[in-house]
Amino acid sequence: MSEVGRVNGQRSPSSEPIRADDPIKFDTDVLVLGGGPAGAWAAYGAASRGARVTLVDKGYLGSSGATAPGGNNVLYVEPDQKLRDEAVASRMAQGGYLSEARWIHRILDNVYEQLKLVEQWGYPFPKDEYGNSQRSHLQGPEYMKLMRNVVKKAGVRILDQSPALELLVDSHGVGGARGVSRLEGLPWEIRASAVVIATGGCAFLAGGLGCNVLTGEGLLMAAELGAELSGMEFARHYAPSAGGGTVTRGRTLGWGTFSREDGTVVDRRGDPDALARALLDGPVYAVLDKADTPEKRRILRGAHAIFFLPLDRAGFDPFTQRFPVTLRYEGTVRGVGGIRITGDDCSTTIPGLYAAGDAASRQLVTGASSGGGAFNAAWALSSGGWSGEAAAQYALSLGRKPHERTLQAAGRAGVQSASTGSASIETAAVIKAVQSEVFPLEINYFRSVPVLEQSLRRLNALWPAVNGAPGTSADELLRSREAAAMVQTARWSHTAALARTETRGMHTFAEYPDTDPRQQRRLTTAGVETIRVRPEGLAPASAHPEPHPISWRKAVAA
Amino acid sequence: MIELVSVSRCIECNLCVKVCPTHVFDEVEGAAPVIARQSDCQTCFICEAYCPVDALYVAPFADRSVPVSEDDLEESGALGGWRATIGWGPGRTPIAKTDSTPLLESISPRRRG
Ligand SMILES: Cc1cc2nc3c(=O)[nH]c(=O)nc-3n(C[C@H](O)[C@H](O)[C@H](O)COP(=O)(O)OP(=O)(O)OC[C@H]3O[C@@H](n4cnc5c(N)ncnc54)[C@H](O)[C@@H]3O)c2cc1C
Ligand code: SF4
Ligand code: SF4
Repeated sequence: MSEVGRVNGQRSPSSEPIRADDPIKFDTDVLVLGGGPAGAWAAYGAASRGARVTLVDKGYLGSSGATAPGGNNVLYVEPDQKLRDEAVASRMAQGGYLSEARWIHRILDNVYEQLKLVEQWGYPFPKDEYGNSQRSHLQGPEYMKLMRNVVKKAGVRILDQSPALELLVDSHGVGGARGVSRLEGLPWEIRASAVVIATGGCAFLAGGLGCNVLTGEGLLMAAELGAELSGMEFARHYAPSAGGGTVTRGRTLGWGTFSREDGTVVDRRGDPDALARALLDGPVYAVLDKADTPEKRRILRGAHAIFFLPLDRAGFDPFTQRFPVTLRYEGTVRGVGGIRITGDDCSTTIPGLYAAGDAASRQLVTGASSGGGAFNAAWALSSGGWSGEAAAQYALSLGRKPHERTLQAAGRAGVQSASTGSASIETAAVIKAVQSEVFPLEINYFRSVPVLEQSLRRLNALWPAVNGAPGTSADELLRSREAAAMVQTARWSHTAALARTETRGMHTFAEYPDTDPRQQRRLTTAGVETIRVRPEGLAPASAHPEPHPISWRKAVAA
Repeated sequence: MIELVSVSRCIECNLCVKVCPTHVFDEVEGAAPVIARQSDCQTCFICEAYCPVDALYVAPFADRSVPVSEDDLEESGALGGWRATIGWGPGRTPIAKTDSTPLLESISPRRRG
């Protein structure tokens, strides 16, 4: 009974050529790109500091991104010095000592305070038997609906279904962005004194819960201005999803027993790679047999309800019947890397440009291990708020107003042909090709140097393919830009991985099974066409000028 | 994937067109929205949560479309099932308020005893 297809009266502006002569155009002080938790907190933070704020989202502020459909555990530790110190020490060790204790303390302090605010705003945290609020978990739909209301009340102008495609830049730094409105089929250009990139991570359309909007444009836009990335080598996180569905909230599987087709049990005790290894040989199933009382089952359903939704609908009784389990690649979402932050205020190397949430590198707080499970949510909330406040302060202190600047659009691959008369970008084929380099466990999970090198060569060969002519409709433009950003993100993470010749946190190499104490430092990745990796704190990237048409530095030099 | 817009239930508020993160629906003048880009559906169930009259159904499978029957879905309680579970809609208690996540540790299979 599905109603696929077209009928009379259907409005499909996103599939028609965009009306370039009639753009949506206005100025704002702070422009926030992305409306997940990081973008919402950034917009709230900036508006609370008295700036005029605009937030644009590819989807919809409230429903879009990795948090909204499911939910997040949040790093919430009582302000007890001993508890806090233990939490910090344990994360430092887990993260291969690439994080910074001071930053972890900062987010612990901040989240504790801000979740009280979330409760005051109306989030109904459950209470324990003494009536104390339990603030360590946020149900996604509820949290993000609330954040939309908070952001709206703060006076922020919201553009939904309006993906950003490229940044505007002049010699003073970033000056806004351009994108398209899918509901109106119009381009938009918003000039701003400061921009916060909060577009989430890049999950390569792998179909994990809420993650198909996360395709890396934020990273590419920042890099086109010359911003650096950090932690890209750790994009090696795969999450289990059950029953042929998308739900990648996996905690409930802790009550499961895994088995192969023939029924032999996959012993996962003490072996983080057991599931992946079993999947190389064939299908794997799980049954939640450790939830062996009605009480346990009730608790599980009342915690991660979304885990059960696809299983119920597919007709499994997950407590007694085996259901298939696969691994979905998560790219940088639960995989750490992103735009490198250079200050406590989440600034970047580009004046006026800030990064927050999964679009930023989370290594400062997670090190080499995944931020899923509490840190990512805490980081999104904290970096969001800090970047928004700083962006507002920066914007309000600028003498020059956005409309007085001569700004240029900095987007290249996927939004502008490298030369006139280029063939159109074969978007679907490119996306498939990228996925076949990042999804396979044989390439990206069980990493080995020669295999990753070959994969990188194939990815590099794809780069010209995304420099062809983009399409003319909002849908086509977005898809070609997404394809370019995914190719680029894969190139960055493979390149960075090859530069870390050791095993640390999420990154492993068959040839280098040990942790090398000399490599206990973060790696910075930069560049669009030519990619450079260097240990953080060594030669600044500006020593190697980017051979790219418009970078912020080029604009400065001009 | 999204499989159904129930024309008989839909009140044409077009909220699903706005909230769907991957822009699957198109508005239709004077009628219910249509599923215009089904293969872009990311099976996130969020449209069901937002639809005020339980007119949408998202089948659980990420990578394939399956035929569904509105009558069967109605009978089994699947239509509107997710909205009821998360406690959205008049007179309901949001699941956030009864969230049992804090109790998970107490039933962890890793705990001895
Ligand atoms: C299933 C799942 C469960 C998780 N559970 C936990 C957990 O328990 N604890 C934890 O700490 N972390 C968890 N995480 C991670 C956590 O959800 C993310 O770290 C968090 O959502 C990041 O917030 P964000 O705002 O940076 O990005 P997102 O929430 O992903 O939001 C990004 C937003 O940017 C928008 N966007 C993307 N591209 C553009 C563009 N070009 N223009 C405009 N807008 C754009 C998207 O539409 C989206 O709204 C989980 C992740 C997943 C996938
Ligand atoms: S949200 Fe529901 S009622 Fe509103 S247009 Fe969509 S299907 Fe119809
Ligand atoms: S399930 Fe999610 S992606 Fe699919 S139509 Fe509904 S809101 Fe859109």
